[in-house]
Amino acid sequence: MSFMRSLEDILSNYDHGPEDIIEILHEVQSRFNHIPKEAIEIIHRKTHIPKSRIYAIATFYKAFSLKPRGEKIIRVCMGTACHLKGAPSIVDEIKKQLGISPGEVTKDKKFSLELVNCVGSCSMAPVVVIDDKYHGQMTRQKIRKLLKQDSEGGILHEV
Amino acid sequence: MRFNTLQEFWDFKNSLKDSESETTILVCGGPGCLARGSRDIYQALQQEKEKHPEVSLNIELKIKETGCHGLCQKGPLVVIMPEKLFYTEARPQDAKRIIEDTVLKGQIIDELLYRSPDGKVYTTFDEIPFYKHQTRIALRNVGNIDPEDITDYIKKGGYTALALVLKEFSPEQVIQAIEKSGLRGRGGGGFPTGKKWRYCREAEGDTRYIICNGDEGDPGAFMDRSIMEGDPHSVIEGMVIGAYAVGSPQGYIYVREEYPIAVRRLRKAIDDAEKHGFLGDNILGTGFSFNIKIKRGGGAFVCGESTALMKSIEGNIGEPRAKYIHSVERGLYNQPTVLNNVETWCNVPVIITRGWEWFAEIGTDKSKGTKAFSLVGKAVNTGLIEVPMGTPLKKIIYQIGGGIAGKKKFKAVQTGGPSGGCLPEEKLDLPVDYEKLTQAGSMMGSGGLIVMDERTCMVDVARYFLKFLMDESCGKCVPCREGLLQMFQLIDSITKGKGKMEYLDTIETLGWAMKEGCLCGLGKSAPNPVLSTIRYFKEEYLAHIQAKRCPAGVCAELTAFYIDPELCKACGACIKACPAESITTQEDFCVIDDSKCTKCGTCYDVCRFGAVKVK
Repeated sequence: MSFMRSLEDILSNYDHGPEDIIEILHEVQSRFNHIPKEAIEIIHRKTHIPKSRIYAIATFYKAFSLKPRGEKIIRVCMGTACHLKGAPSIVDEIKKQLGISPGEVTKDKKFSLELVNCVGSCSMAPVVVIDDKYHGQMTRQKIRKLLKQDSEGGILHEV
Repeated sequence: MRFNTLQEFWDFKNSLKDSESETTILVCGGPGCLARGSRDIYQALQQEKEKHPEVSLNIELKIKETGCHGLCQKGPLVVIMPEKLFYTEARPQDAKRIIEDTVLKGQIIDELLYRSPDGKVYTTFDEIPFYKHQTRIALRNVGNIDPEDITDYIKKGGYTALALVLKEFSPEQVIQAIEKSGLRGRGGGGFPTGKKWRYCREAEGDTRYIICNGDEGDPGAFMDRSIMEGDPHSVIEGMVIGAYAVGSPQGYIYVREEYPIAVRRLRKAIDDAEKHGFLGDNILGTGFSFNIKIKRGGGAFVCGESTALMKSIEGNIGEPRAKYIHSVERGLYNQPTVLNNVETWCNVPVIITRGWEWFAEIGTDKSKGTKAFSLVGKAVNTGLIEVPMGTPLKKIIYQIGGGIAGKKKFKAVQTGGPSGGCLPEEKLDLPVDYEKLTQAGSMMGSGGLIVMDERTCMVDVARYFLKFLMDESCGKCVPCREGLLQMFQLIDSITKGKGKMEYLDTIETLGWAMKEGCLCGLGKSAPNPVLSTIRYFKEEYLAHIQAKRCPAGVCAELTAFYIDPELCKACGACIKACPAESITTQEDFCVIDDSKCTKCGTCYDVCRFGAVKVK
């Protein structure tokens, strides 16, 4: 489906009132992995919601990214239980293994590293979510195994 | 099937077979068990059932995937009803024996039973201390029903309260029942629910709105997630009753986008409720109409604040507004609005069916009913629990939670998330009660209960919450935006060994200013984690500031580890675990090379002999 068609498809589910803008952006992001600049332009033209307001929403809410993200998104839970059980040290290990900081994408565009406040799986802390798969009771060793990276690409091996 | 009249619903309900005597296998599909592979067990059990057609000849066997059963620590959990048999840490390969031995022959599989840390074996879940001391009202169905099956909910008494209200109650009578029950907001504030509904009903406006706050943002809390995923119809039924009481045609459920399963199950539940005539136009043929829309959040903690949440539903950035404009009078789209949290809504149907008198008898003088908590952190048993108001914290942590894991010493319990505080051992006799927890410098909050042990640095915990709140502050008002930044810088320098004694006074002054000056609850309560740790754990602050030492071994700049040669057995566990390769063996014990050590504490946590120590 062309870019334009995809967007029209998404917009056809809504009344085009400003109250739907957050839902629209969620759908755009799940389809394109981020919110492309062109999408904002088109949403604005079709719905007449001011571009400034769309940008305000897209930058205020953490869920949205204006920059392209990696093919695989590694989300480390930074909730209280995870923090107590060593989440910061898990982040350090991922930084070391992938050479990126939170919010960044690896050069080969394979991985994004993101920090989330709490994924609500506190009883299995610390938690790392890789593409919606939850990995609990993480340790530095376990994440290292999980992220066995080859020197060029970055292939994710499940343990 | 749509029920066009109240009678049609009653007839259907009465035609349902008593489910209590059916053999049912409940496979926990809560977040913890799912991550440990409970879906595979569910599928294996289904396959195994098909392989044994004789099962269906003798008994009617149902296999259900439920919401969170509670004892996440021992997942995946499999419960066999009506015997209440409780299997823990089940694997797909156990499916064959569960069907062949337990279901067909009635034999108990010993090695799947729950064993407490002292070695005692339990057959049924209600004997286990973790469950024995609980009272489940809000969580009555969570873990017991298939959340995607509306009939299952009706079988357990679902939608009876709604039918009862529409038949016998005037809106005023509903409000009176909720008022008399003493139900208070479970989102943390504790405002009387009935009073809120009354104010909204009496306010002037063109229309009225009902909102369910499912933006459970407190880190360390997952009660609302478990309810939305495990029993979505209870929330919906509560909202319809609330809408009838205040006279609202439209409701919203605002859910975190981080909870995709909750969103999916709520959508299905709304769809099913509409198809059955519990939602939409002319509900159960009574002429009353009410619709619910789901709104996903965008990952902003501040949207848990009621006025920010309403702004977000309207499609704006989530900035709160001053509290003197009450949202019961001018809330969503400037119309009278009732906003309650998930747990509050799902208490409503049961208050109607069992009566306010029953509910008002549970709990303390001013805090009625029960409260759900997510018991997490360093406790032996972590998971989802519910206790009567008035239960002492000690009972929750030691009897239900089984004490501290790994034979470590208890240090603090954190309640109320970033708005709450840390309470020390001497406060453990405090009961779960809105007023008592607030007096002690913490708060009830939405229900995260985080247990901390000696390996938790309280200054680091204060720093953690400040960092969290600084990132999440919307920036609209100066006291919050600037106050948090200033406080964070002071605490951060203390954790790096650059703190001075006068910082503590400055922090207290800043805290006071924020409590007085901030616009919304996020800012007003933001100093709590810091002030409560200074109040109860001052000696730890002093160790950081004066002795330049972090006693818990967490703050890297102030920590050095060493290995006690007397205790070390040279097993090599720390050598293997050390990410910096800083540990070597020397004769028959291990040694840490300080120049390479990154102070991550991995060696401390893996050592089984307690040989790794903080200098």
